[in-house]
Amino acid sequence: MRLLYFAWVRQKVGCGEEEFRLPDNVPTVAALVELLKARGPGHAQAFADPSLLRAACNQEHVRFDAAVSDDDEIAFFPPVTGG
Amino acid sequence: MITIRVQSDDFDVGVECESLTRHQGETGALVTFTGLVRGDGKLRALRLEHYPGMTEREIALITSEAESRWPLQGITIIHRVGELAPGARIVLVAVAAAHRAAAFAAAQFLMDYLKTRAPFWKEEFRGADSRWVAPNSGDDEAALKWR
Repeated sequence: MRLLYFAWVRQKVGCGEEEFRLPDNVPTVAALVELLKARGPGHAQAFADPSLLRAACNQEHVRFDAAVSDDDEIAFFPPVTGG
Repeated sequence: MITIRVQSDDFDVGVECESLTRHQGETGALVTFTGLVRGDGKLRALRLEHYPGMTEREIALITSEAESRWPLQGITIIHRVGELAPGARIVLVAVAAAHRAAAFAAAQFLMDYLKTRAPFWKEEFRGADSRWVAPNSGDDEAALKWR
């Protein structure tokens, strides 16, 4: 899968984009977040408090109980502040 | 006609209004909103980041929703990205309709939804410091009233 990070999530993780092989036992965005926390110190910091994060699956806003699969593009970011 | 642009360049409100209403002799109302970088004496610059692809897609969804709610003749939405100085234009929402009620309502709806749905993030630069702008709960409430 393709993971994208924006704003301070990108800064904390240390990159804007990475390829990731989704294991079989990770059914939802929430489960993916738990897994990503263990990927490194930057990820641990970025994903420490999931309530601060929002997610998109294939460029659509999704909740953390949404299903994920290995061919998805998943993005994590803070609440949007455009306009 | 729907026009959606995400760009680093500035835009000319007059030119955009002209192109939105050209060929539309039946337009009786043109409402525009221009958002500017609000300075406070210390703000050096604002940097806008976005999610290319999703941004255009979300704005297209928002404009379709507006068209399904009001009888509109055209919408132009331009949102700038990159580094912007205080006073610079950030966003333009222009709505053409036969009558003003639809144009006013749709322009407000579009801005309220743009603020809470379109994937843009603002980073403020003050002196040597920078910080990501926190979402405004008033924006969420403004968007909720359209449900």
